[in-house]
Amino acid sequence: MLERIFSSEAVKEAWEIVQSEIPFAVWETVYVTVLATAFAIMLGLPLGVMLVAGEKNGVLPLPKPVMHLLNIIINLLRSVPFLILMILVFPLTRLIVGTAVGTTASIVPLVIAAFPFVARLVEGSLREINPSIIEAAQSMGASPMQIVLKVMIPESVPSLISNATIAITTILGYSAMSGIIGGGGLGKIAINYGYYRYKYLVMLIAVVLLILLVQMFQSIGTRLAVRMDKRLKNKV
Amino acid sequence: MIEIKRLSKTFQTADGKVEALRDVNLTIADGDIYGIIGMSGAGKSTLVRCINMLEHPTEGSVLLDGKDLGALSEKELRGIRRNVTMIFQGFHLLMQRTCLQNICFPLELAGAKRAEAKKRAMELLETVGLPDKANAYPVQLSGGQQQRVAIARALATEPRVLLCDEATSALDPKTTHAILELIQEINRKLGITVIIITHQMSVVEEICNKVAILDDGTVVEEGLVEEVFSHPKSAAARHLVFPDGTTDIQVVSNPGEIPIRVVFNGALAAGAPLITQMAMDKRIAANILGASTRVVGDKVYGNMLLGIPGGQEQVAEAIAYLQSVADVTAEEVSVHA
Repeated sequence: MLERIFSSEAVKEAWEIVQSEIPFAVWETVYVTVLATAFAIMLGLPLGVMLVAGEKNGVLPLPKPVMHLLNIIINLLRSVPFLILMILVFPLTRLIVGTAVGTTASIVPLVIAAFPFVARLVEGSLREINPSIIEAAQSMGASPMQIVLKVMIPESVPSLISNATIAITTILGYSAMSGIIGGGGLGKIAINYGYYRYKYLVMLIAVVLLILLVQMFQSIGTRLAVRMDKRLKNKV
Repeated sequence: MIEIKRLSKTFQTADGKVEALRDVNLTIADGDIYGIIGMSGAGKSTLVRCINMLEHPTEGSVLLDGKDLGALSEKELRGIRRNVTMIFQGFHLLMQRTCLQNICFPLELAGAKRAEAKKRAMELLETVGLPDKANAYPVQLSGGQQQRVAIARALATEPRVLLCDEATSALDPKTTHAILELIQEINRKLGITVIIITHQMSVVEEICNKVAILDDGTVVEEGLVEEVFSHPKSAAARHLVFPDGTTDIQVVSNPGEIPIRVVFNGALAAGAPLITQMAMDKRIAANILGASTRVVGDKVYGNMLLGIPGGQEQVAEAIAYLQSVADVTAEEVSVHA
């Protein structure tokens, strides 16, 4: 088995594929992941804020039915397996992108799958804030909106960055799956060559590159979160 | 002037209703340093939060210069809160902002111009004695320094009232003293009314002119600090003034000595070594059997049990001597078996 994967023929073939397709696939993966994460944060951040601020004892309590609905939608979307979700949102994708297949089209199901996840992550970050700090802001005459924008979000920036890193790496993993519906990128290479055409070396290379990408996003995210955190003493 | 009238606050909890405050009536005059003292759970924190309406009273009202705060809208209250600011036990600074930015925060909320806010914040850092910490983050400061920044922040909007919620409880005695001095200075220089919530007698003794004792949600005593502390009427007050037990010392006696009780009722403490003086003047070598006294301001309160040797004659002489001192009474006590 191993000899077959690493036979000179296979290596030569893989090298050709790597040269011709991998750079573009890496670009596609990064493009899809970053865009999908950006959209997911755009939708998920306000929802996460609503989940915390809208609570009964939050800074801007929302009607109970609204909170219920919000929670149901988020839980529902989070329970649908991504593979199924991709197919379920075809009509929406067509509406937005014009087509349901292809690299750009794969961003839509990724965003739909990721924004409820991001909302929960944001919720977690905001819940870490000491409620006394919010009370202090209220005692200084801060309005609910000022508390959200000047206290809750800025005070949880390090945690939000950590969670954004979790989101981007998760979305990267999902994006590999979108090769099934014609989404481009390293996932497509791994599936098309490795799974369908038994070119395991190519699959291996694609997987290794995915791992490297995850490592890269993770270490950038961690470093950024640490650098932004003013609670940490003794840093350079 | 702050008037608290018939204030009650009831919390609805899973276990039923909890009455945190019951029929509280207080008047705090401009320029007062008013102490509100009580044990944990007495309702102090709830009371102070009713003053700036962070908690809305269930019943009763809070009047600031005659204006009923309970009748104001949330927006109007936010304006009031620039006038009635607060500092906390846990400081509660924004950890991701520098000291300067923390002090600018209430000014930003009020919509002040950035440059003006910064200028004012720098002045305030000067006032609280931390001009070199403008760009430091709270984590780089000690507790006392953080509280100084919090005080500067509370002063930023030029308030008329400063609420201190256990502001020194997390600090060591030396830092506590320094912070209290700062608060006193602010009170004197800026004429800001200060309301201090505390469980520490020493805090009230050190800087308050008036005090209210809160016990189980009600005010059991209030008035001038010396008066309340010299004649603690309620059990709660006595417990605070004499935390180690009752004011009465157990009577014990040595053979050949007759015990007498000396009660100090605000006698001047300075320059009056009473027992030594008695030994020198009357040649009575009193034996101190026990003492529970406390100095409030420059006066002594409490009592002392002396054993007088040498029979009834000596005792009579000792009592007569002690009675002659102002604000001191003495009497023979019988020994209980």
